[in-house]
Order: sequence, then structure tokens, then C-alpha cells
Amino acid sequence: MIEIRDLHKYYGNRRALGPLNFNIETGQIVGLLGLNGAGKTTTLRILACDLLPTEGTVSVGGIDIVSDPDAVKAKIGYLPDTPPLYPDMTVREYLRFAGRIRGYQSSLMGSRVNEVVRLTELGAVVDDLISTLSHGFKQRVGIAQAIVHRPELVILDEPISGLDPVQIVEMRELIRSLKGNHTVVISSHILSEISETCDRILVMGDGKIIADGTEAELGERWLSGMRVELLVRCPAGTDVDKTLAGIRGLPGILEVVQRDAREPGENLLAFDAQMKGDLRETLIAKLVSQQFGVLQLSRSHRDLETVFLQLSDSRVAAPNATSEVPPAQQEEPQP
Amino acid sequence: MRSVSILALRELKAYFRSPMGPVIIAAVLLIDGILFYWQALAEKLLSAEVLEQFFYNASGTTMIAAVVLSMRLLAEERQLGTFILLNTSPVGDGEIVFGKYLSALLMLGLMTLLTLYMPLLILVNGKVSVGHILVGYTGLLLLGAAVLAIGLFASSLTRSTVVAGVIAACITGAMILAWALAKAMDAPVNSLLAAMALHHENFKPFMSGTLDLGCVAYYLAVITFFLTAATKMVEARRWR
Repeated sequence: MIEIRDLHKYYGNRRALGPLNFNIETGQIVGLLGLNGAGKTTTLRILACDLLPTEGTVSVGGIDIVSDPDAVKAKIGYLPDTPPLYPDMTVREYLRFAGRIRGYQSSLMGSRVNEVVRLTELGAVVDDLISTLSHGFKQRVGIAQAIVHRPELVILDEPISGLDPVQIVEMRELIRSLKGNHTVVISSHILSEISETCDRILVMGDGKIIADGTEAELGERWLSGMRVELLVRCPAGTDVDKTLAGIRGLPGILEVVQRDAREPGENLLAFDAQMKGDLRETLIAKLVSQQFGVLQLSRSHRDLETVFLQLSDSRVAAPNATSEVPPAQQEEPQP
Repeated sequence: MRSVSILALRELKAYFRSPMGPVIIAAVLLIDGILFYWQALAEKLLSAEVLEQFFYNASGTTMIAAVVLSMRLLAEERQLGTFILLNTSPVGDGEIVFGKYLSALLMLGLMTLLTLYMPLLILVNGKVSVGHILVGYTGLLLLGAAVLAIGLFASSLTRSTVVAGVIAACITGAMILAWALAKAMDAPVNSLLAAMALHHENFKPFMSGTLDLGCVAYYLAVITFFLTAATKMVEARRWR
């Protein structure tokens, strides 16, 4: 669906992108992950034909974005980081306008708008002025305008930013529902925001792709082991420091860090453990044998995210560093 | 052409969704009406002179209205962040510019049409020809259309509607004052400057009911020039 070869973008003398090379298959949901300034928005704007590349080629559905931008635009629905909304229009008027300006048939527009309103759950506000909508609804209208003309490719720039936790869950479901009918590219600087919706993650730093794969593949490649979060109830009279030292002494346990239990209760102990490989069963068996009640054990996502952020940051600081060496081989990830 | 009409219709509705459109029309009608009342009834003039004076006064209000109507067209899209919707739709840069221009032109046309009762009063009560009225209105529309094109170009330069208005007013003012500058110059520069004047040399024939094709061509050239420049500015935005 998308083929990018040796893409570069310069703003004056400053390189914002490049060299950038990747392909995206039809029907995939792909996340672009990176810090602010990593080049995500520039990449998406070039894909959406809002900016022209300085060098390199970009094709969407086999059509070059420079030689035939209008044909490419007809295949694309784009939600920029700020939804492009006319505050003086109602949601229905706006969606009709967005669909028609992108070439959707006028006679089918009414039923298509109703369909999209249903899909994005905008029914309650469909005849309200956009200026009166909450941030969450505005973001939904932004997504609705991006899909109203049935594009093959949907590009969403930070679709979850600024939403509350309930809206984030709803937005994830909405994005997941696009799978199958559309190829979707989403950008974010927070791994957890896109790891749950995307089939594939492209990590960007300094205008380049520095990692590519599913979350599991990336974790395997970039991390030396596994990090878990534990909550246990200690037997009465337990010496916490001695207990933690005992866990630290187990073979394969690299580091143990105590943290707040975050819930009320007597004799609760919460800690994170960094392990060399998957030692969860061993750890639980050890704790149970010492009369600890294991209340919770979950795999931490924060470690992978921390590595991504450190990786992106180090690439910004040292642009000549190669992207071939995983950081886990360079140094142990910091907790 | 389909995209042009979709864009023009949206813009035209936008004028009436906010108070701006009705307020501009009301202000122009009020000022034109007051000036017409003073000149038609308070001064002893021939009916053809009253009509001429009406077109002269209306040209001033039309130019100001054209600046106000056009200064928001592209600048506001950038301010609201909606320009990206147009830019990523399969619509040419020229179509975006022309769609916006058409909406402002229709608005200006409606505003001008509403002043028609004044020349009709002269026609009924005095001795003027329908041709004089038609030619006068042709000039008024061409002048307004030229200032709209200037305003649209100014609007393509900035994301601030106020700055766009100031730029449009400066360009329009400079082009009006070209005739005054012409007086201070020697030949052949003076005739060149006089020919370039937005109002004086090129509008006077219309006021007196003379359809001068050279003046028509001048206004069409100004419109084409500034609309092309605005299109190029929109196009250049992608190359940043």
C-alpha cells in the first residue's frame, strides 16, 4: 500500500527526515512511535500530500505522490494532530462537506454520513455546531471526516492525545474497528497508546526508522529479559529488606526495586523485578514457599517504553549512531 | 468545477452563519444610502450627475467591503487549521483559490445588487439611460472583483486576518494613489502610472456610462494577476 524509498525532508538547512525507507502492506494498522521532533508528523504530512519531499520517492497504492497527488489524495483520509474542523458548521454539514470535497458521490453522501456517525458514535451531537463540542467529540469528528469518503489509507496523527481515559478506550475500539476496511497509520509518542491497536510498530528517531516489528518482537530484540510488577502480602513480622535481598539473590534476578503498594492493606509489599528471561514461575514458587501471598504479578510495559524513549533520545543526541545495534547489547536497560 | 462550487457554497454559507456578511451589507447600504440622500436631494444636480456621483461613492464602499470580505478567505483557514483539509483533498490549488474567490464575488454581487434601488429612483424620477446604470454597475463589479483578488492574495500571505486586511488595504491604496503619483511624473512614466491606477483613470469612464474595453481589460488583468499570485502562494506552502 505504501512504499517509501530514501525519503528526505529538509526545512531550510535542517534535516527533519531521512533517509527513510519502509513499506506498509494493505490492511495493516501501523504505529509510528517516537519522541516529539522524531519526524512522525512530517512523515504523515508527506504521505497525506500536505508537504512535498525534498528527496526520495513515496508511493501510495502504486501512485507517486509527487507526479499524481490528486489520485493519491483520493485514496487518503487524514486526521492531523489538530482536527481540521469548521466551528460554524454542524457535524452533519461538516461531514457532508468533507466527503464531497474528497470526491464522494453526492447522491450517496447522506447514507454514508449516517453510517459514519453510527460508527463513530456521534449520533447525539450530529446536528450540533462543532464549536459546542467537547474535545473528545471533536476528535471523533476528526476521525469521521478522515473515513467518510471510504479511503483506502487512513492517517491519524496523535488521535488519542488530550483524551480522558474513557475516551481513550473508546478511541482504541474505534481505531480497531477500521481494520479490514482500511490500511491505518497512527502516530504517537506513547507506546501503550498504540501497542494495543497496531499490528506493527515503527520506532522513529532523528528522522529515521530505528526499530520495526510487533511489540513482542521489539521487546525480544531490544530487551535482555523481562520486567514484572509484583504485589504480595508478607507473613507477619517479615523483614522487608531481608526479603528483597533474598529475592535479589535468586539466580536470574537482575534487579529488585521496591515501590508504593498503591492500595490499602496490611503487610503489603510491592516491587518490580528485572529478570534474565521468563522466570515468573520460579519467582512465584519461591514466594509461596516462604508463605508470601502473591496478590498480583504483571508484565511491565514501562521498560520497553523506557528503552524506546532512551533510544530515540540518544539518536537525537548522536545522529551518527547506527540503528543496527540493539541497546540491550550496548548496555543494560535502566529500570 | 465541482470542487469550486462545493467550496464556494460553503464559504457563502459561512458569510451568513456569522454576523459578518449581514453587517457588511447593512453598513454598505447605510453609507451608500446616506450619501445618496445628501447628493440626490440636498444638491441641485442633473440626474446623470447624481448617478455619476452615486457610482463614485459606491466605488469607495465597494472597495472597503471587498477588503473586509476577502481578508479572511485563506488566512482564517490557516488560523483554524482547516486549510490542511483542503490541501489533502483531491482539489487543485487553483480550484481552492477560485472557489474562495467565487464565494466572495457572489457576496459582493448580492451587496451591489441591493443598492440598485437608488439608481432606479433616478431612472424613474430623472433622465438617465438604463445603459448608463448597467455600465456603472459593470465598473463597480469589476472594481470590487479586482480588490477581492488583491485581498485574496493578501490573505494567502499570512494566517492573521487583520494582517491580511492591512496588506490588502496597502496594496489597494498604493494602486489607487498611482494616479496622484502620475501627476508628479514626466512622460512616459506618468501615462504608465495613470494607466495602472485602480480607480481614477480606469473607473471614471464607467461612472459616466462609457464602456471602455481597455478599462475592462485592465480590471480583468488585475484579477488574473492577483488570483495567479494567490494560487502560487498556496502552492509554495507545500515546498516549505
